[in-house]
Amino acid sequence: MSFSTLIQHCLTGISLGGAYALIAIGYTMVYGILRLINFAHGEIFMMAGYFMIFSMASFPWPISVTITIAGTILLGVAIERAAYKPLRSAPRMSIMISAIGVSYLLQNLATYLFSALPQSYPEIPILKKIFQIGAVSASLVTFITPVLTILLVYALVMLINHSKIGMAMRAVSKDFETSALMGIKINNVISMTFVIGSFLAAVGSILYFTDRMSVTPFSGTLPGLKCFVAAVFGGIGSIPGAVVGGFVIGVCETALVALGYSTFSDAFTFVLLIVMLLFRPTGLFGEKNIDKV
Amino acid sequence: MMMKKSMRILLSGFLVLLVAVFLLMVEQDKAQNGMLLSVLEKGVILAVVAVAMNLLNGFTGLFSLGQAGFMAIGAYTTAILLIPVDAVDSVYYMNGINPGIKAFKTLLESAPGAVQMAYPYLALIVGGLMGALFAALIGIPVLRLKSDYLAVATLGFSEIIRAILSSPQMDTITNGSYGLNKIPGFSSILITFIIAGVCIGLMALLIRSTYGRAFKAIREDEIAAEAMGINLFRHKELSFVVSSFFTAIAGGMLAMFMRSIEAKTFSITLTYDILLIVVIGGLGSITGSVIGALLVTASKEWWLRFFDTPLSIGGISIPLFRPGFRMVVFSVLLMVVVLFYRRGLMGDREFSWDGLYGLIKRLIKRQRPSKGGAA
Amino acid sequence: MKRRLAFALAAVMSFSLLAGCSSSGTTSAAGSSAGSQAASEQPAADGGNVVKIGVFEPVTGENGGGGFQEVLGIRYANQLFPTVEIGGTEYTVELVEVDNKSDKTEAVTAAQSLVSSGVSIVLGSYGSGVSIAAGPIFEENSIPAIGVSCTNPQVTAGNDWYFRVCFIDPFQGTVMANFATQEGAKTAAIITQLGDDYSSGLGNYFKKAFAEANGEASIVAEEQFQTNQTDFKAILTNIKSANPDVIFAPSSITTAPLLIQQARELGITSTIMAGDTWENQTIIDNAGENAEGVCISTFFDENDTSNPAAGEFVTGFKEFLNANPDYLNRNGGDGVAAVSALGYDAYLTALEALKAAGSTDTTAIRDAIGSVQVTGVTGNITFGENGDANKDMAYIKTVEDGAFKFLKTVTLN
Repeated sequence: MSFSTLIQHCLTGISLGGAYALIAIGYTMVYGILRLINFAHGEIFMMAGYFMIFSMASFPWPISVTITIAGTILLGVAIERAAYKPLRSAPRMSIMISAIGVSYLLQNLATYLFSALPQSYPEIPILKKIFQIGAVSASLVTFITPVLTILLVYALVMLINHSKIGMAMRAVSKDFETSALMGIKINNVISMTFVIGSFLAAVGSILYFTDRMSVTPFSGTLPGLKCFVAAVFGGIGSIPGAVVGGFVIGVCETALVALGYSTFSDAFTFVLLIVMLLFRPTGLFGEKNIDKV
Repeated sequence: MMMKKSMRILLSGFLVLLVAVFLLMVEQDKAQNGMLLSVLEKGVILAVVAVAMNLLNGFTGLFSLGQAGFMAIGAYTTAILLIPVDAVDSVYYMNGINPGIKAFKTLLESAPGAVQMAYPYLALIVGGLMGALFAALIGIPVLRLKSDYLAVATLGFSEIIRAILSSPQMDTITNGSYGLNKIPGFSSILITFIIAGVCIGLMALLIRSTYGRAFKAIREDEIAAEAMGINLFRHKELSFVVSSFFTAIAGGMLAMFMRSIEAKTFSITLTYDILLIVVIGGLGSITGSVIGALLVTASKEWWLRFFDTPLSIGGISIPLFRPGFRMVVFSVLLMVVVLFYRRGLMGDREFSWDGLYGLIKRLIKRQRPSKGGAA
Repeated sequence: MKRRLAFALAAVMSFSLLAGCSSSGTTSAAGSSAGSQAASEQPAADGGNVVKIGVFEPVTGENGGGGFQEVLGIRYANQLFPTVEIGGTEYTVELVEVDNKSDKTEAVTAAQSLVSSGVSIVLGSYGSGVSIAAGPIFEENSIPAIGVSCTNPQVTAGNDWYFRVCFIDPFQGTVMANFATQEGAKTAAIITQLGDDYSSGLGNYFKKAFAEANGEASIVAEEQFQTNQTDFKAILTNIKSANPDVIFAPSSITTAPLLIQQARELGITSTIMAGDTWENQTIIDNAGENAEGVCISTFFDENDTSNPAAGEFVTGFKEFLNANPDYLNRNGGDGVAAVSALGYDAYLTALEALKAAGSTDTTAIRDAIGSVQVTGVTGNITFGENGDANKDMAYIKTVEDGAFKFLKTVTLN
């Protein structure tokens, strides 16, 4: 493998990892607070893709991006209110089935509304500008994704560590009931979690689909599961962990495909999950003393 | 009021007989009743998987989403064993079959008639055993995990199995990405029903045994169960292995029903479909799963198919009806059940003749006063 | 309350099953008598004899676009020839369309529903995988089927009831390999879709033929991707480093634009080639100017003037398309796709077979298909021993100025 090929693969992997990282944060935050795998998160990400397609049909891209982000946040919060909130005191299994149900519903709804055929994703001209450095060639979005990811994560960490809502979030994730007793409005905190998670999913979706150029009702499922694995890998509840996990999975997956094992690229993620759960159930950066495994 | 035991046995025997006669009648005209037959057959196969999933999820409280993977193992094993020797070359037309498998199949072809007769059943059992073997291996690490982690880990395993089955490295065994076809099926739907009945019956017996009670104890409270002297891991592993065994057998039956399989058939969606059946039927009810499987399959494949075709009543076309609507209805149904009728059709109750008798009595009672009131 | 609901549902189900059973008892008697005796003696209540032709095509799913074009061809043919004379009686042809959703599992159920709706002959499908899956169902129920554009040899091999009107992959693969060699290609890379009979099969035949012509070392890269995969960067980067003269990538319509765009984005300049599926305007629409120079092989060319039947068909079909905005939209303009032409031919073949059989008995129809001769728009159709049409000519087209342009015809031997 020549040097330029290697660089090209690295670029692809890092860019993919950036998008994964953004989605993984949504999982890690929801899990940290509700102890729930939001199976529908991948579908929220997919729906964000469709929002972009339809808003780009009639608006210029800056407005479309805003619409997409707003729509995705609304969807995320609506899902929480409709499908998770009524079950807050129900057995764990019911909430998980509900989460799976939402993901099933969104997939089928998207198939119904937009057909199962891939819709081509609109191009944002600036992002698609192709750069050629030596033998390496890639569009701007490939370079922007990791940078934007890091910036957003930095902002998020700041928000969580230095703002009132951030403090509330940390309190709720430590102890649900006590923080309620302390006067924290649990429902607002949970909604905020979904707002942030969906916002990042929308940004991730724009970056991911601009690079891949088509959306199908099923294009959220596998990235969703992989990002959950990324969150577990990094230690669930830990934001830097989710980012690292996202990049690791993105790079490894690209490496596997590059080496000719594309059949196993999806399977690899789950092997990683199982190995991680067996040897270090709290993940890379997870808190040690949480009883979750 | 309880019925006499002999009465209950008589009624059950009568019901079985009724079903058998009904199936034989339906089968008299395969072409006319094609849809009915295939719905019944698929429904009863899915019922086995649903009961097996219920054994794990509903009775032992282990949230596993690996059903599709185990079905794939069973389906592929059974299919590879059953494809006739003279069809092998055309099935593996691209890469050729592993000579070892072919030699083994040729050897079997010359086996005495009795073996030939029992062979399809043996193939199913071997498929089931393969599933159980994998489950035993996978269970050791995975069953240490709790609820959602277990769900994702089993889901992951099912994806790994699928990837392995369809990988080019397995070309000469599973025919890789081309899938398998020309799988001979059973001559009569009755056989499928009998096998499914035996499988479901065995699981019901297991659930009613001391093991079953231990499973339920684990479901209710692991720590308490352990304190009562129940070996957690052993029982979880047993439940997982048994469930996977029957899931794999059902996978084999599905392969025989569909005549051709590919790895894509066993994707996450299949697991979700079975989850839908279990939830609608009621987590923790065997009869619920069976009824759910038949109802869901019949509505999905047959009764509600019209949802997908544009419909116009009196010249006005109803805009909702177009491809994909059926599945939206099903997913909304799932959400409604999960959110509002969490117990599903049967909750955790089982069908019994006493229950039916009581129900009829209550129905009659309730109708009388209402009639009186109207008069 | 809920319990009662449960029992009520169970009761409804069992009753409906019983109802289905009893009704089947009566209809089956009528059905069998109609099948064996001359149907002309008992005209149907709705005022005429009806023969049902099943249309087994994907309208949704991965191959939904191409499948629909094929359906259009069949519908157009049905509009032109709505009746057929069988054994001296005029029959109205009724099309029974089912959607196999490009999915092998769905295909089995869809085939089953065709069987129970009592079709005499089946047309379809687009995509070989679904045809292979449904083949045994048709065979078991003794219903002859005519494949339209399923090119994989396995569709008809070992199945006496399956025929087809298109050429097959070993031929197509060789044609493309020869064409590539003629154009001066010395090295080739192959991209195929895992789990897809059409893609893997055609890729393999191309590989064999190209390696035969240029030596084993001429295949410099072989890559596979998964169904629904949208990111081809990694495999394309590998191909870029191998620097082949041509890339052969038989795949579905939905994959094509992604593959083309990402290849060009990575700076790959090799000629991209594919099989018949890529002849679809939406690929060019989606891939834009990146699609320029893509080469494909196909069954038919709308500007081919050598066949008078074809010209007539093209004019008529364009009118048919333009009359219905929905058709026009889903066809991606009023271009005549090769698969539409094949669909039309398959329908004509079915009618000829019905005429030749002189009855609606399915065995007679099957026996008749083997010997019919049809002057179709894609050339003359006669059937060889496997049930495959004897076709020895393929059309090579290339994308130029945003449209498919006919390049040349290639015949083997």
